[in-house]
Amino acid sequence: MRTYAGHSTAKASNELYRRNLEKGQTGLSVAFDLPTQTGYDADDELARGEVGKVGVPIAHRGDMAALMDGIPLGEMNTSMTINATAAWLLALYIVAAEEQGVGQEQLQGTTQNDIIKEFLARGTYAFPPAPSMRLIADMIAYTVEHVPKWNPINICSYHLQEAGATPVQEIAYAMSNAIAVLDAARERIERTPGGHGEELMEQVFGRISFFVNAGVRFVEEHAKLRAMSILWEELGRQRYGVRQERHLRFRYGVQVNSLGLTEAQPENNVQRIVLEALAVTLGRDARARAIQLPAWNEALGLPRPWDQQWSLRIQQVLAYETDILEYPDIFEGSKVMEALVAELLEGARAEMAVVSELGGAVEAVPYMKAALVDSHRERLRRIEAGEQVVVGQNRFTETEESPLTADAEGGILVVDPALEAEQIEALRRWRSERDQAAVDEALATLAAVARDESIGENLMGPTIAAARAGATTGEWAGTLREVFGSYRAPTGVGEAAAVSANGELSELRDEVSRLQEQLGRRPKILVGKPGLDGHSNGAEQIAVRARDAGMDVVYEGIRLTPAQIAASALQEGVHVIGLSILSGSHRELIPAVIDALNDAGVSAPVVVGGIIPEQDVAALREAGVAAVYTPKDFDITRIVRDIVALVGEGAERATVAASGVSANGSA
Amino acid sequence: MSADGAGLGARLRARDLSAAPATLNLLESTAPGDLEQASALLREVSPAALGGEAPGHVIGVTGPPGAGKSTLLSALLHSWREQRRSVAMLAVDPSSRQSGGSLLGDRARIEFDPTDREIFIRSTAAGERLGGLSWATRSAAQALAAAFDVVVIETVGVGQAETEIAEVADTVAVIVQPGGGDVLQFLKSGIMEIPDVLVVTKADLGQVAMSALRDVNASLRSLGKRSTRTVAVSSLPPPKGMDELVQGFAQHWLELNRDDRRELTERRLQGRRAAALTDFAVEHGERGLRALGGRRAILALLGKQDPGMDVPALVAALETGLSGCSQ
Repeated sequence: MRTYAGHSTAKASNELYRRNLEKGQTGLSVAFDLPTQTGYDADDELARGEVGKVGVPIAHRGDMAALMDGIPLGEMNTSMTINATAAWLLALYIVAAEEQGVGQEQLQGTTQNDIIKEFLARGTYAFPPAPSMRLIADMIAYTVEHVPKWNPINICSYHLQEAGATPVQEIAYAMSNAIAVLDAARERIERTPGGHGEELMEQVFGRISFFVNAGVRFVEEHAKLRAMSILWEELGRQRYGVRQERHLRFRYGVQVNSLGLTEAQPENNVQRIVLEALAVTLGRDARARAIQLPAWNEALGLPRPWDQQWSLRIQQVLAYETDILEYPDIFEGSKVMEALVAELLEGARAEMAVVSELGGAVEAVPYMKAALVDSHRERLRRIEAGEQVVVGQNRFTETEESPLTADAEGGILVVDPALEAEQIEALRRWRSERDQAAVDEALATLAAVARDESIGENLMGPTIAAARAGATTGEWAGTLREVFGSYRAPTGVGEAAAVSANGELSELRDEVSRLQEQLGRRPKILVGKPGLDGHSNGAEQIAVRARDAGMDVVYEGIRLTPAQIAASALQEGVHVIGLSILSGSHRELIPAVIDALNDAGVSAPVVVGGIIPEQDVAALREAGVAAVYTPKDFDITRIVRDIVALVGEGAERATVAASGVSANGSA
Repeated sequence: MSADGAGLGARLRARDLSAAPATLNLLESTAPGDLEQASALLREVSPAALGGEAPGHVIGVTGPPGAGKSTLLSALLHSWREQRRSVAMLAVDPSSRQSGGSLLGDRARIEFDPTDREIFIRSTAAGERLGGLSWATRSAAQALAAAFDVVVIETVGVGQAETEIAEVADTVAVIVQPGGGDVLQFLKSGIMEIPDVLVVTKADLGQVAMSALRDVNASLRSLGKRSTRTVAVSSLPPPKGMDELVQGFAQHWLELNRDDRRELTERRLQGRRAAALTDFAVEHGERGLRALGGRRAILALLGKQDPGMDVPALVAALETGLSGCSQ
């Protein structure tokens, strides 16, 4: 039992962890901030506004030591939500343990380390697919020998469902992903000199765990987990020759669905969370090993300790008050459950065959991404049309005033913006006080091993050496970026099939055509995500819907600097700009983007969507934002209609601005 | 309120790169009055106004989706900028014909320094005209060639569109990936014009890419085309073949510019005439074509015009003939 936590600074997070451990939490689940997740230091341009926002910033072994201060790492089970830079964070953890006098063979925990879902759904990747898979394979090969109690990877189907996956897609893509990882690990192990391949492969298979999602349709969700257990065992036996029963068990942790949590009447999320928890606990044959529950107010902003306590207490009531754990599998022999499982298996196998046909999960990333964007669009369409009921959002919307969100802060925790400057200051101090020559040498060795195309040496060795020498997260990732190249994942939006217009959308198309005549050009929108937040579902759906409404859409994807957004807006001659931020960095980033647009002489209006607390809306409007959309604005067609209207209002102004640019653009 | 076309044209002629966004806004516009302004702009950058052909090298890059065009363009952009050459890229995306809207995603895949003022990237929808280049894109390429050192037109697909690219680009490059058999089919059947440069991507695939390159060379030989350059590239680090490709473009440009730009002048002149015929046909239809005695007669008529005229001026000349006919 644990709650996903970490924010602000290593010291503040350490205090939070210690409090949670005192309350009966049995392990740690570390949330890192986005610069740490994507391999940038706090003083990098891309890190602006993101430091300490969605998790704790960890730049070097000093930060890791502070984070784990007074926590006995030899006894702790630590789960780290870290992917692209997992090898680095594990190295820092190993070094922090070393400093506590704890050997790496004693360490227990999990690094998420699932890069394919980052390309598909979460967006915090750092390197191109092939070298990313190499890093994962190296970590698996290393841990299975030297950190044997560590789960080097957690295959995440969780984020696929968040990105819109149907149960069949969630099963199929997670299993295909696992196959890609296991194949890469097998290759690595076979290449390791003096290896005992087959025996190690048994252990590797046994160490792979999953991180799944559970939605509110909890009967089907339970069936999904049973189906995954069956497929996993099959895979182990048939593809990897695993024999021991204990290695064949489908082990999974779970975080229940966030996608279905609503901003409207957020108290309803509590019962959603309870029901979703049932999906993964009801039947013993497919019961989760670890559960994390989100906070009821996640859709509003960063939860406070009290909100997280509530989530922990839900799990404790389930475990200690109910009789759920007292029975053997209660679905054994159920015809309904069996049929449901069979149906899911059939669908998943067909979809896995498609992925395999395309050359496996790595090669099939563009295909899977496009499929997810499509599924998500269908889900939203059903909600907008009222075919899928979301209580308090598209039905039963009348409400009394909530006492829970009535306090001054609006019921969320706010990170002090001064922390970013402090972190940068501390980082610079660290750099000036360390042995620079040792760091340079360690990074040079890392680069050399990375460049070696024969992939003889494991990258974990030089990574741990660099951690010990005092290198920073940005330096480690920067060194590897230099060798591996950088990468932009497919967006999936271009492939989304055009829809035929129903009533509302076809009215909107007429309006867009009318506007086109007025403007002389088809209304053009730039959609993008400033900062490091990779949760692109919202931006993608806006982009696709705007296209379906007849607009020209320049979709720029994730990880944009204000300068990039301004350059694109100017060069593309857009009439409106749509920005999406979910990481809480909107207070810093949105004004920065608006400044950059002004500098470039772009006068197109800006609209913002994301997890924006009510009290921040006024400040954004004041900074020049034309409209702000939050999770309660679930009707995407309505948002696009607003945007079209905004372009219409500005049609006159846009014409004037265009000629203004031509008059003084040379300045 | 319309933009000042002549003013924009004058700025482009003075190689003012910051005129590019407003130039595109104007050339894409169909608003009343903008067409005249667009003609005024093009007049200012016509060979007559420039005292010769525009100095920029117009390169058409085309190939099927997934062939690796964007990655290749990122690498090319980087190479050209290292040589301090200014670059404009016009990325043409296929439109959704149902809604008329389009998703222009290419830009996101091209890596460049946003503060670099000598790079201009514009995405445009292919628009209503199926397969071909829009009037705006073609005009923009001609206009931007007055200001930028390199102008790239990127299009998706293999087939009909290449003919129109050949009308506006000085150098046409077709990108294929190993196993892209369609391209060979198109080449053999004559659907596709023979490109000046044929690029096989994903050279990191080693044997596969090399054998694809051999196939391409063999079919080019069987078609009697020995002048087409073939290059195998990989944009994955370590990049391969990029220098060779940049070199290939430069070499072709040199050839076009030999003997006082003889070949370039001829190629562009033919391109403008073909474009004028296309524009005239779009505007006046078969009836208009017949009134002037058919395509061959029109091309002959165009051949008699001043070689320094821009496309709208040529169309206007034809229209004068048309009003003469109807009288």
